[in-house]
Amino acid sequence: MKVAVVGAGPAGVRAVEQLVAAGLTPLWLDEAPDGGGRIYQRPPAQLSRDARRLYGFEAKRATALHATLDALKAHADWRPNTLVWHIDPHRRRLEVLSAGTQATLDFDAALLCTGAMDRVVPVPGWTRPGVTTLGAAQIALKTQGCAIGDKVVLLGTGPLLWLLAYQYLKAGARPAAVLDTTAFAHKARHAPGLLAGGAVFWKGLYYMAAVRAAGVPVYEGVRPRAITGAGDQVSGLAFETARGAARTLACDAVALGWGLKPEAQLADLAGVPFRFDADQHNWLPERDIAGRTPVPGIYLAGDGAGIGGADVAERAGARAALALLEDTGRPVPQDTVAALDAALARLAGFRTALERTFPFPADLARAVPDATLVCRCEAITAGDLRAAGGTPATGTARELNRAKAFTRLGMGRCQGRVCGPAGAEILAAALNREVAAIGRLRGQPPVKPVPLAEAAE
Amino acid sequence: MRLKRLRDAGRAPIALTLDGAPVSAQDGDTLLTALLAGGAGHLSPNLFAQEPRAGFCHMGACQDCWVAVDGLGRVRACATPAADGMVVRRL
Ligand SMILES: Cc1cc2nc3c(=O)[nH]c(=O)nc-3n(C[C@H](O)[C@H](O)[C@H](O)COP(=O)(O)OP(=O)(O)OC[C@H]3O[C@@H](n4cnc5c(N)ncnc54)[C@H](O)[C@@H]3O)c2cc1C
Ligand code: FES
Repeated sequence: MKVAVVGAGPAGVRAVEQLVAAGLTPLWLDEAPDGGGRIYQRPPAQLSRDARRLYGFEAKRATALHATLDALKAHADWRPNTLVWHIDPHRRRLEVLSAGTQATLDFDAALLCTGAMDRVVPVPGWTRPGVTTLGAAQIALKTQGCAIGDKVVLLGTGPLLWLLAYQYLKAGARPAAVLDTTAFAHKARHAPGLLAGGAVFWKGLYYMAAVRAAGVPVYEGVRPRAITGAGDQVSGLAFETARGAARTLACDAVALGWGLKPEAQLADLAGVPFRFDADQHNWLPERDIAGRTPVPGIYLAGDGAGIGGADVAERAGARAALALLEDTGRPVPQDTVAALDAALARLAGFRTALERTFPFPADLARAVPDATLVCRCEAITAGDLRAAGGTPATGTARELNRAKAFTRLGMGRCQGRVCGPAGAEILAAALNREVAAIGRLRGQPPVKPVPLAEAAE
Repeated sequence: MRLKRLRDAGRAPIALTLDGAPVSAQDGDTLLTALLAGGAGHLSPNLFAQEPRAGFCHMGACQDCWVAVDGLGRVRACATPAADGMVVRRL
């Protein structure tokens, strides 16, 4: 039996570990050169790989995951630097591109562990050089030893905002300010639900306390107004405080992000149905707790199946591999299965509490000014999108994919990865409908741009 | 924008060109780091919006960091290792 595993982050590594333990030699593909995924991404070998400095409290986990990853490579058909750009669930084929060379690979079952990316809300000026996602600011630091600027403002909400502030501080790049769109009182109200997260919760509190103790200016409950600047230079961030006062901060870079969204394009192409998850405020591919989808032979694990974080991803990867083995008639250790199921159920409760503590600011997205770009790729503004939606009475595009046809929203290079969530809010508001009611942007191959000749074959 | 080097900044130097102008960088840089720590300010402009861009996600997803490299064609700067002698153009 040929099992394909896409992704070598925490989920993919723990999945392959189970498959190899069961005597299989999975086909294992990752677009990155060295695996590790997002949280445990390693710098190139020319830079120091000191785990303590790179991963902080997570150093032990990171080191353990890297050791397993490196040991497994020899037992799998390991294909780094390989983009999976299409999956055909009926003929059970992957289309892949590696070093400019196209190949078609067969599989009997596929386990997709494709991870997540930042979820953003457009702010006037957000396409200017000097503005990145929170994740990008972290990748620059972690894998390249760089800060995204000299005076960096961090804007958004969620655990990554505070973790990044702490990491920049530790690295000697003291943030100019941290702006959290979630009010302190809101977070405090939801904190009791987070106690179930144990160490993860306490670490989060520690990051917040450390950032404040270092004297980094912190503003909570803010509304960003505009990122100012000229040419390829950012000069400031204008915002409204929780009390409605207008403020401006001088800075030369802004990192922004409001939680994460799954990189679920391959699951989409594989025909897995999606549902809107109100707590995560994301469209998620359908799967059971073990990672089985309604599509035979397709399994999902990790943040690509719904945001859960690294600890969930490791367990979900192992669990999905065991489900796959079980479904193909192989014996699996039932005590391991039971322990994983219990842990995953517990961690799911924590995640729900986390999402409620740091909610996606749908109101901010709905209020993006008409002139602001929503789609960075095709330069489609919020006003363009509102016009496509028409009025609730005469509306022309009642659904996101119609708006896509009218405006090209989501048809650019990034395939709606960046504009999707905010675009949906803006259209829903224009139509006076719930965001869940207007559907989601459907994916198309290739999941990322590939040279035309390859895609045409 | 300018990336600021905070650690491991004493690696072997490499030399590239961007639109004919020299850029000095370090072995182990991605092309995005090499250019944006090296003073390029921005990568290729976006032709629809007619404005400069310099990458947004640094993880190969947003496609906002395209440049052309002799011998490689169009690449994402964030997902391409910089190498000595690279001839890079903005698109
Ligand atoms: C930029 C960023 C930074 C983050 N930093 C942290 C952090 O510091 N701490 C934390 O707790 N959480 C962090 N997270 C959350 C993170 O999603 C999880 O912690 C964890 O990495 C999820 O593990 P995973 O295995 O599900 O996915 P990932 O770790 O994201 O791994 C997915 C892997 O799949 C590969 N892949 C995806 N699609 C394809 C394809 N089509 N073809 C080939 N390969 C593909 C990717 O290259 C990647 O290596 C971060 C997320 C992002 C986006
Ligand atoms: S910065 Fe997003 S793809 Fe390179």
